[in-house]
Amino acid sequence: MPSQNVALSLHAPRARSERVIARVLQACGWLSVLTTAGIVAVLLFEALGFFREVSVIDFLTDTEWTPLFADKHFGIWPLLSGTLLTTIIAIAVALPLGLLAAIYLSEFARPRVAGVLKPVLEMLAGVPTVVYGYFALTLVTPALQRFVPGLSGFNALSPGIVMGIMILPIIASLSEDAITAVPASLREGAYALGGTKLGAVFRVVLPSASSGIIAAVILGVSRAIGETMIVAIAAGQQPRLTADPRVPLETMTAYIVQVSLGDTPTGTLEYRTIFAVGLSLFVMTLLLNAVSHRMRARILKGGAL
Amino acid sequence: MTSVSAEADTAALAMRASQPPVELVSGSNGGVERAFRAICLLAILLPLMLLVLLFGGALIEAIPRLSWDFLTSYPSRRAAAAGILPALVGSAGLMLLTAVMAIPVGLGAAIYLEEYAKPGKVTALIELNISNLAGVPSIIYGLLGLEVFVRVLNLGRSLIAGAATLALLLLPMVIMASREALRTVPRSLREACFALGADRWQTLRQVVLPMCMPGVLTGVILSLARAIGETAPLITIGALTYVAFLPDSIDSPFTALPIQIFNWVSRPQPEFHINAAAGIVVLLALMLMMNGAAIWLRTRLRRRIYW
Amino acid sequence: MRAENIHAWFGPTHALKGVTMSIVDRQVTAIIGPSGCGKSTFVRCLNRMHEVVPGARVEGKVLLDGQNIYGTRINPVRVRRHVGMVFQKPNPFPTMTIRENVLAGLRLNGQSSSDPEHVVETALKQAALWEEVKDTLGKSGSSLSGGQQQRLCIARALALEPDVLLMDEPCSALDPIATARIEELVHELSSKYTIVIVTHNMQQAARVADFTAFFYQGEIVEYGETDVIFTRPQNQRTEDYITGRFG
Ligand SMILES: Nc1ncnc2c1ncn2[C@@H]1O[C@H](COP(=O)(O)OP(=O)(O)O)[C@@H](O)[C@H]1O
Ligand SMILES: [Mg+2]
Repeated sequence: MPSQNVALSLHAPRARSERVIARVLQACGWLSVLTTAGIVAVLLFEALGFFREVSVIDFLTDTEWTPLFADKHFGIWPLLSGTLLTTIIAIAVALPLGLLAAIYLSEFARPRVAGVLKPVLEMLAGVPTVVYGYFALTLVTPALQRFVPGLSGFNALSPGIVMGIMILPIIASLSEDAITAVPASLREGAYALGGTKLGAVFRVVLPSASSGIIAAVILGVSRAIGETMIVAIAAGQQPRLTADPRVPLETMTAYIVQVSLGDTPTGTLEYRTIFAVGLSLFVMTLLLNAVSHRMRARILKGGAL
Repeated sequence: MTSVSAEADTAALAMRASQPPVELVSGSNGGVERAFRAICLLAILLPLMLLVLLFGGALIEAIPRLSWDFLTSYPSRRAAAAGILPALVGSAGLMLLTAVMAIPVGLGAAIYLEEYAKPGKVTALIELNISNLAGVPSIIYGLLGLEVFVRVLNLGRSLIAGAATLALLLLPMVIMASREALRTVPRSLREACFALGADRWQTLRQVVLPMCMPGVLTGVILSLARAIGETAPLITIGALTYVAFLPDSIDSPFTALPIQIFNWVSRPQPEFHINAAAGIVVLLALMLMMNGAAIWLRTRLRRRIYW
Repeated sequence: MRAENIHAWFGPTHALKGVTMSIVDRQVTAIIGPSGCGKSTFVRCLNRMHEVVPGARVEGKVLLDGQNIYGTRINPVRVRRHVGMVFQKPNPFPTMTIRENVLAGLRLNGQSSSDPEHVVETALKQAALWEEVKDTLGKSGSSLSGGQQQRLCIARALALEPDVLLMDEPCSALDPIATARIEELVHELSSKYTIVIVTHNMQQAARVADFTAFFYQGEIVEYGETDVIFTRPQNQRTEDYITGRFG
C-alpha cells in the first residue's frame, strides 16, 4: 500500500480553515452574550441620563407620573401599581386554573389524552398578544360590563383576565413538572395508609410540589409584568395609583408603547423616561426569572423541598 | 429528605384520623373524586372554549371586511376602503430579513455549543445567558433596537432595523431548536465520519447538518410564526402605524400586520374594529400556514433521510 | 504497526494501563477479553479516535511505518485516513446513497477520484457486496440488511486504501449467516491489509486471526500466535477465559 507517502501526509498541517470556522462559530455564541450586555448598557446609559435630571428618591417616592405634562412628576408608583394590579388579576385567574389543569394532566388523564391536551393548551400561549388585546377591549370588556357595575371601557380587570389565560400554560406545565417530580413512594405511602387519591393529592403531592408550584407562579408573574400589548390596548393610558380594577390605568409597558407611538425626539427627558421604566422592568423580570430558575434547578437535582 | 417523609407521615396520619374505621365499600368518596376530576378537566376546557368563542366572535365581526380588496388595498381614513397591503408586504419582508439574520447566527451558536465548546465556565456562562435572554420581555428588545439599530447604527426606523431587532429576539429560540436538532444525530455517525479522516467541519457539513436540517428549519419556522405576531418591539423602534406605500428597500420605513391591527384597535370608531378583526383573521391564518409548513417540511425532509 | 506503553483515560478512569504490542503487517490480529477490559479503547488509540470522546486522554506511542502518530506535528485527521475503522453497529450515513457512502471518505478528504465508478466497484467488490448492490447504487445505504450495511461500512473504509483496518466487534450486531460472510471477508482482506479485529467471540478469533491478544482490566495479559494462545496458554487467566470459566 502507499507506505512511502505516509511520512508526508501524516504531517499535513491542520487546516487553517478549521480554526477560522471555530472562531466564527464561537463569535455566534458570544453574540448572545453581547445582546445581554447591549441591553444592560443601553438601559443603564439612558437611565443614568434620566437620573441625572430626576432624583432616584423622587422616582421611588413620588406618587404621580406626569412626564408628558407641563407640571412634570416622575414617580414610578402609578405605573408600578398598574402593572401589579393587572398582574395580580392575571395570577388570580391563571393559578387556580393552571394548577387544576396540572393536576388533571398528571394525576387523572391517560397518557394519550394528556399528549393531546398539552399541545392544545400550549396554543393559549401562542396567540399573538395584539389579538388578545383586541379580545380584551372589544369582546371581554363589553361582556364584563353587564355584570360589573361601573366598569369603564378601559380597565385593569379585563386585560388582567385575558393575560391570565395567556400565562395559564406556563403555570400548568411547570406545575405539572413539579407534581410529576414528587416521588412515587410518597404517594404510595399515603395509599398504603388507606388514603384516597384526593387525599394523596391534597395532603401529600401538592405540599411536596409546593416549591415547584411557587416557581411556576413566579415565572408567570414575570411574564405578566413584561406583557405589553394586552394592557396597552385594553387598560388605558392614565397613570393612576389605584387598586380599583374597574378604572383606566397605565402599566409600565403600556407607558413605553405610549411614548414610542408619539414623536418624542431622542435625547430628551421624555425619551429617557422609557429607558428608566424599561430598566425597572428588566431588573424585575430578571430577578423573578432567576429565582424561579434556581428553585426549579434545585427540584430537578432531587430533594423536592 | 427526612423532612419530606415526616411531612408525609403527618399527612397520612391526618388522613387516617379523618376516615371511618371500617368501610371497605365506599361510594361517597368515589363520587367526590369524580367531581374533582371533572372540575380539573373543566379548568383545561374552559379557557379553550373561551378562546374558541373569542375567535368565533372575531371571525363573525370580520366577515363583512374579508375580501380580496382588503388584502390588496392601502390603508384609508374610510374604514370600509382600507386594506392591509403595505402591512402584508412589510411583514413578509420582516420575516425574510429576520430569517436571513437569525438562522446563520443561531445555528452557528448552536453548533459552537454542541460541537466545539469545551464544558467549562465560559460555556456555562453562554448557556445561562441564552436561557436568561429567553425570559426578557420583548419590549426590552424594542428599546435595545431603538438605541442600537435606529440611533447608534443610524439605520433609522427602517425594515432592516425592525428585522435586526426581531432576529435578536428570536435568537434564543433558534439556538435552542437547533441544539435539539443537532442532538438527534447519533454519535456513532460522527465517529464513522471522523474515522474516515474528516475534520470537525467536514463531519458537520457532510453528515450532521444534512441530517438535522429538517429539525432546524422546523424550529426556525415555528419561531418565525411567533415573530410575525410580535408587536411591542416594532412599535418601540418606531414602525409606522399609517403607511400608504410599499417598502421598496431594506432602508424603507415600514408597517407590519400586527402594527396595523393595533392601529385599528386603538381607534375609537367601531368600523375600524371590524378592520382589526379582519386583520386578526389574516394574521392567524398566516400563523396557521407557517405552522402547517413546519410540519410538512419536517415530514417531507425526513423522508429523504433513509433510516 | 506498534503500540508502546499506551495509557488511556476517560476522565479519572484509567482504562488502559501500559499496553505494548507489535501488530504484524498483512496479518489478522484478534483482541479478546471480558467486557470492559479496554479492547475498544485500545483500537481507538490506534487511529486517534480515543481523543474524540470528551474528557479522554492518551499517553504513549503508536508507531505507524516508523512514525509516532502521537508525535507533536501529526494531524490526527490524516492518521485516520491511513488507519480505517469499522464499528460495532453498522453506521452508513443515512442521508447518502450507497455510492455516496463508499465515496464519502474520498470526498471528505477533498480528493476527486478520476474514476469514481471504478473506486466504488473496487471497494464494493473487496467488501463482497458488489454483486448484491450493483443495480441499486442510488438507493439509500440504510435500505440494506444489517450484514450488508456492515459490508458497506467496510467498503467505505477500504475506498480510502488504508494501511490498517481496525474492526471493533464488527459482527456483534449481525446474524450467524452475515457473520460468516464477514469472517470470510476478513480472511480475504488480510492478503492486502493489516487487520485488527476486536471480538468477544473466541471461536471467531480462532477462526479468523493469525495472532491473538488477551486483554484483562486494561492490561495485555498474553499475546501470540492464535494456535498457541488457544491450545497452550501460558497464563492462568487466559486459560480460564478461553475455557469459559469467567468473562
Ligand atoms: N465513554 C466512556 N466514558 C467513561 N468510561 C468509559 C467510556 N467508554 C469506556 N469506558 C470505560 O473504560 C473501560 C474500557 O472500556 P472498553 O474499551 O469499551 O471495553 P471493551 O471494549 O473491552 O468492552 C471500561 O471500564 C469502561 O467502563
Ligand atoms: Mg467494546
